[in-house]
Amino acid sequence: MSAELSYMGVDLTRPRVAFFELSSCEGCQLQLLNKEASLLDFFNLLQVVQFREAMSEKDDTYDVAFVEGSVTRADEEERLKIIRKRAKILIAFGSCACFGGVNQLKNRFADQDWVKREVYGDFAIDTQPVRPLADIVEVDVNIYGCPVKKEEVERIVTDLVVGKTILYPKYPVCMDCKANENICLFDLGEPCLGPVTRAGCDAWCPNNRMGCWGCRGPAEAANVEQLKNIMAEHGFSSETLLDRLECFGGFSAFVDGLRQPQQDTGKQGSGI
Amino acid sequence: MIFKVIAKQELAKLFEALLANRVVGPVRKGSDKNGTPIYSFEVVYDFTQLQLDYTSTQYPAKRFFLPYTETLCTFEIAGDSWEKKVDFNIYQPQVLFGLHACDINALNKLDKVLLESAYPTPYYASKRKNMFIVGIDCEPQPYCFCRSMGTDTALHGFDMFLTDLGKKYFVEIQSAAAYNYLKHMQTSDPTEEDHLRYMAVEEARHEKFMAQVDTTDLTKILDMEFQSEVWKHWGDKCLSCGTCASVCPTCYCYGVAETVDLDLKHAAKMKHLHSCNLIDFAEVAGGHNFRPDSHTRLKYRYYHKHRGFVEAFEESLCVGCGRCGEACLANITVPEVIASVRHEEI
Ligand code: SF4
Ligand code: SF4
Ligand code: SF4
Ligand code: SF4
Ligand code: SF4
Repeated sequence: MSAELSYMGVDLTRPRVAFFELSSCEGCQLQLLNKEASLLDFFNLLQVVQFREAMSEKDDTYDVAFVEGSVTRADEEERLKIIRKRAKILIAFGSCACFGGVNQLKNRFADQDWVKREVYGDFAIDTQPVRPLADIVEVDVNIYGCPVKKEEVERIVTDLVVGKTILYPKYPVCMDCKANENICLFDLGEPCLGPVTRAGCDAWCPNNRMGCWGCRGPAEAANVEQLKNIMAEHGFSSETLLDRLECFGGFSAFVDGLRQPQQDTGKQGSGI
Repeated sequence: MIFKVIAKQELAKLFEALLANRVVGPVRKGSDKNGTPIYSFEVVYDFTQLQLDYTSTQYPAKRFFLPYTETLCTFEIAGDSWEKKVDFNIYQPQVLFGLHACDINALNKLDKVLLESAYPTPYYASKRKNMFIVGIDCEPQPYCFCRSMGTDTALHGFDMFLTDLGKKYFVEIQSAAAYNYLKHMQTSDPTEEDHLRYMAVEEARHEKFMAQVDTTDLTKILDMEFQSEVWKHWGDKCLSCGTCASVCPTCYCYGVAETVDLDLKHAAKMKHLHSCNLIDFAEVAGGHNFRPDSHTRLKYRYYHKHRGFVEAFEESLCVGCGRCGEACLANITVPEVIASVRHEEI
């Protein structure tokens, strides 16, 4: 780590940064350690005071908190409130933190006791329906994705350190997909949530010939109603659409309106 | 204009001679779920890769002269000063081998804005001025309406244009460069029979157009129908996804973003092609958006193409290639939108 940090001759202070995980797979934090070529430059911008995946020391004075995961236990809620008090900037890091993520799928089941028995067997843990961070505390910055895209994290962190406004695309994944001149998944007979999902991942899945699952949540002018028609026209059931829309929690506001009343499947509209 | 005819196998020799440059042409990229071939413009190294009888490509050849993403300049920062490096990103002359008339006309339209205007774009000019174009005739597809837009023949903007006469190509030569390349092939002067064959081929082609757009008085009609309910109808369907502009050979709008490298010693100014259908497009500093509604954005796409551009240049900014309608998942097509504005039955 070089001693001083400056940009265009202006001295900068490295923000004191702490990483936390609530209910999550820790995959987003792992992404941070992933891109080895730029790892040193990345951590040179920060003064990391807590990062369980990479260091053992701990310090509770920090400016920026990256919080990964969603809230599903009372103690997590308490921890999050304490983190919020200590941090100047709280970053919801990854789709679990932003929307509840894959974890919130459990909210779809009406019988939560059954879910607990299935998951934990005889070692029941006291859990609540899954909630994103913003349901409990104020979130300053969202970094979307399951997992987050390291390139985007690098850009956001750089902008934060040099004091630039953090901007996200508001348009959907299709725009980046087309810029990569992909063959549209619908032409190949596959469903895709690209038309309604916020871009920023460079169309990660369609680039690999897989339809988007909407992990980054809704684009700002998401026309889910029209996507429903398109899916039907291409022969996909409304369950196929709902499975994708419900997967990461970002579309919960749209899902309730789309779900037909269900008979005894034990499912209910997403709870968050 | 000089006319020649060549036996079909002569074309491979022209291709070989042009290979000293970067040659871009139509190739088969894959097939859709029904087995229909999907074509695209790619860099080609072997004549046999070229699919000169291609229907049309899903994407125009735009990325070779107006890339979706382009680095406009980079900065090297040292202390409180910096060095700016500008690169027009052209390292080799490019040959576009096998462009249809619509795509040649699209380049001619882009030239009006990016080359012949008061402020030419050097990034475009550098590529456009180092370009050799071999056009080729086409088989009109059900979605092609170039004939309505007056872009079904290319009158200029190419070096050489080929028309398939069966065993031979009818060759139009329009530039000195193209004339010089003739020596690589065995050519002959067209006979009266070749002329008749050419006219018959063209006539047969004209019979095949299915889609059409009535452009009569269109600028006035668009003015009158600015508040029409039909815009709302199309706006409700629109996904604001920008696909139409991405696949359009004449859309040139872009956004510029400055990025700082992680090492804080380098920065870049990046250009990304944009679309007026995107919600980000009409947003200004402070977050105000001039066109927050989907139907107003969609409407302005049509007003730019079929009204504003016509008033400025006396021609439309649409060549009728039909790509936007084919690619639009919401099935919004130019012929249907224009017909609805004209209160015509579709
Ligand atoms: S593959 Fe998906 S993201 Fe890409 S253009 Fe098609 S719908 Fe959009
Ligand atoms: S394409 Fe969709 S599912 Fe895949 S990473 Fe991007 S937003 Fe997530
Ligand atoms: S018209 Fe079609 S392709 Fe264009 S933005 Fe709307 S939905 Fe997308
Ligand atoms: S607007 Fe559509 S039909 Fe017209 S040139 Fe563009 S892509 Fe082709
Ligand atoms: S304003 Fe819209 S229609 Fe016109 S060139 Fe730009 S993106 Fe294309």
